[in-house]
Amino acid sequence: MSVHCFHMLLVTSWSPVYISSSLPSVWLLAYLITTTRLFLFPLLLLDLHTWLVLLPSCSVSGHLQRVAMTQRRRLSNTQNSPQSRQQPGTLMAQEEDDDSTFTQPSTSQVQRGLEKLTPAQVEQKTAEVVQYFLVKDQKKIPIRRADLVKHVVKDYRNIYPEIIKRAERTFDQVFGLKLVEIDTKSHSYILINKMEPVVGASIINPTNPKMGLLFVILSIIFMKGGLVRENLIWSTLKKLRVDPGEKHEEFGDVRKVVTDEFVRQRYLEYVRIPHTEPVEHEFRWGQRADKEVSKAKILEFMGQLHEQDPQSWSQQYREAHSTPSSSQASTSSQR
Amino acid sequence: MSRQMGDSHRRFLQTMMVSGIVDEQEARTLYKHCCETHNTQCAPDKLDDFIDTINSKLQPMFMQIRKGMSEDSGQQYYALVNMSETEVTRMSSDYADNELELFRKTIELIMGAENGKASSTDILNSVDSMTTKKMKKSETEHLLNRLVHDKWLCEKRGEYTLSTRCIIEMEPYIREMYQDQVKVCHICHNIAFQQRKHR
Repeated sequence: MSVHCFHMLLVTSWSPVYISSSLPSVWLLAYLITTTRLFLFPLLLLDLHTWLVLLPSCSVSGHLQRVAMTQRRRLSNTQNSPQSRQQPGTLMAQEEDDDSTFTQPSTSQVQRGLEKLTPAQVEQKTAEVVQYFLVKDQKKIPIRRADLVKHVVKDYRNIYPEIIKRAERTFDQVFGLKLVEIDTKSHSYILINKMEPVVGASIINPTNPKMGLLFVILSIIFMKGGLVRENLIWSTLKKLRVDPGEKHEEFGDVRKVVTDEFVRQRYLEYVRIPHTEPVEHEFRWGQRADKEVSKAKILEFMGQLHEQDPQSWSQQYREAHSTPSSSQASTSSQR
Repeated sequence: MSRQMGDSHRRFLQTMMVSGIVDEQEARTLYKHCCETHNTQCAPDKLDDFIDTINSKLQPMFMQIRKGMSEDSGQQYYALVNMSETEVTRMSSDYADNELELFRKTIELIMGAENGKASSTDILNSVDSMTTKKMKKSETEHLLNRLVHDKWLCEKRGEYTLSTRCIIEMEPYIREMYQDQVKVCHICHNIAFQQRKHR
């Protein structure tokens, strides 16, 4: 039943034939999708990022332990300053708070900086950076270098490249994640999953319904050539009983989730179409979707859904298989 | 003995990061699943070694997968805990400062109670003595729901207890802060809150 409904949804998206019928909500769809092995694969691809969602809660004990430490110190009146061979960052003449004044240190500067620090200090700072990324990234909003330097790196900014290099290595070797700079202008990072999703993995973790919604939108955009006017998205979602104008039981303010949350998370781009009155927008894949979601896998999924060879969508097939997975996918529309 | 981490370890860790806590059966299933996915050998009695390998790599980041027991069921659980004590952790926390303060107060109430429980009324009353931004009734209720959802507290009939996950993660903190009040089970030497019979 769910396959049939989803099938109808997709057919209406890009065929001239209009099929009207009552369709289950996307939430129900997403739930049904996850219980059917057929759809599990591409859905999990997106859901991987929600896997970091509970980690911040781990930090609660860290806070409490610090409280314990402070109280203990107050009681005992002894100060235990952390071991350090030398105060780091004495190379810097003045305090630099803004990233606008942060210049990437040269290799020789980094070298000199490292010489003045113990391996333990560098390791500790790297650990803090890793933790910061893990926690901040779970909101899926890119982490700015400026914030990282200001709040975490601080006095160690003169060895910043070394710390980032070590953090990257840690993410790769320990967590199976990849640290990606998605914006080289404003220097923002995201974490993406290096590992392939696996059927049956959702035994322990239920899928986030929002990912189902996102997946539907990404599929529509991709099958339509990479760029769609917002009205198509809204009307399609309405058919799935997800009305942007109404408060949805599962998603709440749908319009906000799609145009604000997904955009901030860089899954979608929501761009104004010039000279439109009233103002209209178009949707594109965002940078995170480009990096995290495999177009080839979407097409494969479509193929299974329609019982067609993915190659029958020649244009989409070309696009899905033309660029290597690590580079930016083309977002030009060819309608 | 710590081997190198492989994809099977990473997959296990990623799942732990989402769940926070799993029971022994889930852990074994997950272990088997991760090994099978990556064509690694999997011996049922090697689960703890497998986790030790992960822990050896997590240690520099002050994280650990720790084993603990549920007071209610006597079942073994594995929880991913954070043992970091720096400013960064505080800022990185998902909870606001005043939320953490109220959580701390709730723990105090639970620790002070004979039956290891704190009623929602008592928790609401403790808002009055907050030093950070005082929370409204609705905010407090929202926070408590969130703490239950995130598996830090358990709620039954309006009374709150510490969850297994909380106990596992907070154990060092609780031992330290409540040295006098902590009751330790004489048999297994674990902290006991609810005075249940030892299994």
